[in-house]
Amino acid sequence: MADVQTSNPESNFAKAVKEGLVAAALALGLFLLIVGFRTDQNIRNELVLNQRWGLLAIFVLVAGIGRFLLTAYVTPWNAARALSKRTVAAKEAKEQSAFRKSFPKIGLALLFVYPFLVIGTLALYNGSMMGGLQGSLKYVDNFGIQILIYVMLAWGLNIVIGLAGLLDLGYVAFYAVGAYSYALLSSHFGLSFWLLLPMAGIFAALWGIVLGFPVLRLRGDYLAIVTLAFGEIIRLVLINWTVVTKGTFGISGIAKATLFGIPFTPGPGGFANLLGLPNSGVYYKIFLYYLILLLALLTAWVTIRLRRMPIGRAWEALREDEIACRSLGINTTTTKLTAFATGAMFGGFAGSFFAARQGFVSPESFVFLESAIILAIVVLGGMGSLVGIAIAAAVMIGGTELLRELEFLKHIFGNDFTPELYRMLLFGLAMIVVMVWKPRGFVGNREPSAFLHKRKLVSSEFTKEGHG
Amino acid sequence: MVSEVQKNNNAILRVERLSMKFGGLIAINDLNFEAKRGAITALIGPNGAGKTTVFNCITGFYKPTEGMLTMTRQNGEEYLLERMADFVITKKAKVARTFQNIRLFSGLTVLENLLVAQHNPLMLSSGYTILGLLGFPTYKKAAADAIEKARFWLEKINLVDRADDPAGDLPYGAQRRLEIARAMCTEPELLCLDEPAAGLNARESAELNKLLLDIRDETGTSILLIEHDMSVVMEISDHVVVLEYGTKISDGTPDSVKNDPKVIAAYLGVEDEEIVEMLEQAEAAGVDDLTAAVDLMSSEAIHELEETHPDAAAVSLVTTGPARPAKPAAAKKQSVAKLARTTASTATGTSEAKPAAKKTPVKAAPAKAEPAKPVATRPAAPKKAAPAAAAPAAAKKPAPKAPAKAAASASQIKAGATANALAAPRGGKADRLIDIKGIGPVNERKLNEHGIFHFDQIASWKKADVIAAEAYLAFDGRIAREDWIGQAKAMAKASQKKPAPKKSGGAE
Ligand SMILES: Nc1ncnc2c1ncn2[C@@H]1O[C@H](COP(=O)(O)OP(=O)(O)OP(=O)(O)O)[C@@H](O)[C@H]1O
Ligand SMILES: [Mg+2]
Repeated sequence: MADVQTSNPESNFAKAVKEGLVAAALALGLFLLIVGFRTDQNIRNELVLNQRWGLLAIFVLVAGIGRFLLTAYVTPWNAARALSKRTVAAKEAKEQSAFRKSFPKIGLALLFVYPFLVIGTLALYNGSMMGGLQGSLKYVDNFGIQILIYVMLAWGLNIVIGLAGLLDLGYVAFYAVGAYSYALLSSHFGLSFWLLLPMAGIFAALWGIVLGFPVLRLRGDYLAIVTLAFGEIIRLVLINWTVVTKGTFGISGIAKATLFGIPFTPGPGGFANLLGLPNSGVYYKIFLYYLILLLALLTAWVTIRLRRMPIGRAWEALREDEIACRSLGINTTTTKLTAFATGAMFGGFAGSFFAARQGFVSPESFVFLESAIILAIVVLGGMGSLVGIAIAAAVMIGGTELLRELEFLKHIFGNDFTPELYRMLLFGLAMIVVMVWKPRGFVGNREPSAFLHKRKLVSSEFTKEGHG
Repeated sequence: MVSEVQKNNNAILRVERLSMKFGGLIAINDLNFEAKRGAITALIGPNGAGKTTVFNCITGFYKPTEGMLTMTRQNGEEYLLERMADFVITKKAKVARTFQNIRLFSGLTVLENLLVAQHNPLMLSSGYTILGLLGFPTYKKAAADAIEKARFWLEKINLVDRADDPAGDLPYGAQRRLEIARAMCTEPELLCLDEPAAGLNARESAELNKLLLDIRDETGTSILLIEHDMSVVMEISDHVVVLEYGTKISDGTPDSVKNDPKVIAAYLGVEDEEIVEMLEQAEAAGVDDLTAAVDLMSSEAIHELEETHPDAAAVSLVTTGPARPAKPAAAKKQSVAKLARTTASTATGTSEAKPAAKKTPVKAAPAKAEPAKPVATRPAAPKKAAPAAAAPAAAKKPAPKAPAKAAASASQIKAGATANALAAPRGGKADRLIDIKGIGPVNERKLNEHGIFHFDQIASWKKADVIAAEAYLAFDGRIAREDWIGQAKAMAKASQKKPAPKKSGGAE
């Protein structure tokens, strides 16, 4: 193999030229009639034939040159890279791990200062503190909070899918349970956010167990379908049980969260007034930002702790081989149920936070697409890896938000181009690219929960995804 | 045969009237036996006899159609296993098992595999996770103890160095040992092992014997063992139960079982492959164990075979014609012939072998080290037609060549040798052919007798050579299955890197 490459670089070049010519010829044949000619109606409603040789030439050239470059340079380069990668893999792994070790800490520090970083930057940019505060609203809310909600949801789902290997397509149902628990109980009974937050989690966990029971015997595709159906059932109940949920109308005017009793309202007694700050809605957003950050970190902390507990190991063992688990005396039923319940609980927390943040909930927020996005984040991030999932959430949700901003694309593609419409398209493309490039997600390697001599990452080629 | 199992406190497991049906198929039929406490009980029988099914019933993976499985623990508690869920059997009745096709948690590290096995005690000490989550010291201590216990077993199975590697990364033999250690970490009183020696080489198999005896003697764990490897069974088991088609056909000490005519019939009366397989396994375990296998297939079997085919010997004595296509069959039946050699009571077979050998064309090479070597002793190897495809090729192609070559080099290369046979090892030193997985000392000797001394010789084998070699090694398909040629190529390359005799040719 190796000598083939070294002995005949010029034959490779010749091959590339040949393939390029063939591709060009094919393109010519293919596009001659499709692109080269165009029929139009002229002013007198007559059919006229336009000839578009220039455009055809571009097509043909792109095909030919593209093929040539691919064969002559890209393929050998790829092969060489793969070859060198194998040899330096060991060395690289060491360097990477040093960076990887500090990455979570740096990321965490950045997350904690993020709102102030944004405010400071914008204040400098605008030249006034107030400008900084108001300008930061968008970045703290749309980017910070939005991304962190998905990070938390994905970390919660990660317990079910990444650790226990149970494919749950209806995760958004627990998010909905949490959100509606808070919305209903706070508007009917006036209970505070801090009381309802844990209650929402508990309700969701109970629903997790309720869902868990019937699906325990199912595996793989069957489990996925039933959980999917469960998610839809919850949504349909929310739509149709209008007496309680007000149906598609949704519940509005949900009480905001308070900082230990201090409300974020303008006027006397409010947060800004107490601290003598100028009135602004941004304080509440910053408060919410830190709230969801702490909730997400709680999820991460619990996940990390649980992985070192017997139950966490049993989850992972369940993902690897259920029968072997049973042969070791592990009750797989309760193990699966705890995984469902724990994952659902974090979904419930996130849901009640979501309701408090929006002040409005309706069934539209809990469609299957949400489940799919959360699942995609978990898969892209690398099942089981908290850091990978956080990165994936930032890329996916941040990317969606960014695409709203891309006004400059209009200058390139013309005014009738709306970037938002291409969001999902770009998304799908990005996901395919990531999955081809890293089939096990950004961080595929698994960190062992215990070690005797040295903590070595377990390569993704050994871990299983679970089958239900 | 023990007809009725009576109540016996010494029994850790009593299997009474166990039946298991899969639709119309009766996998186990009214099985009774018991496993004694502190003993190794072996469950043997041909493929598909229902051994694994018995295990699955004992460990709760199948619910038996009928019957009673009573487990008596050290403390006197009795459990009816057929009524319990699989994980409760491990947890409460203290029965642990391994699987015929290894089931490790391949993505977890070796250490984690052993920790998962200690799930139940750890779960308790972590206060069902809640206390552990809050960082209570009881859990920390229990976790440290669990790791110590894991280390103990890792030392026992010789895997301490690899504790932090993924279990899926271990070599096959180590995975088997790890699975046993993992089962032991559940602190069982009865350990059920499903073919633990399958796929192990002779050294690993000997280590396994030691490990199992260790487990029995040091922890007092009783062992129930399914095994095809007779060397393991005969060497370590205290008690053997033989199954055939779901029915018990023999039950007793290893010695009494291997002399039981029913057992011999079960092992010999079936397809040719069975015998070959037994022989192979015996070979893999070393020459000494061969005698064990030979013992097993004792005199009665030979008698029986001779009785069923009384004319076979006579035919081969008189005419050489039918002998030619029968050659591979003869080679396959070599195992039986070997029995004849060692068993004094059937010396008739051996004495007849000599004249037969002289008349056979393939045995033309005059210089023969052991005249009684029964490669072509037809008398003891009657019955069953030769596999049609392999037969003519093996008999025709190498056979005419071999005598010529043998004559030319005037050496002891045996008949039926492959085309690239050598009269003597190059440089007077043969390669260690046993380094190839699948070649044991016996096979090595046979290969040497047929002029194969070096890796590159095996590496350069073509299809016909493989057929010829398989004919004299008395097995079919194994060379390809175990990829001898590939292995030999790798070894030849490796030995070439070191200063070694240059290859003489024939290699591509
Ligand atoms: N789940 C099942 N469903 C249907 N038939 C089964 C099932 N399990 C086993 N059998 C059948 O029961 C018989 C006994 O199988 P078993 O696996 O117990 O044999 P075994 O003695 O372990 O053989 P081997 O030495 O090949 O492992 C076989 O005919 C097998 O096909
Ligand atoms: Mg079996």
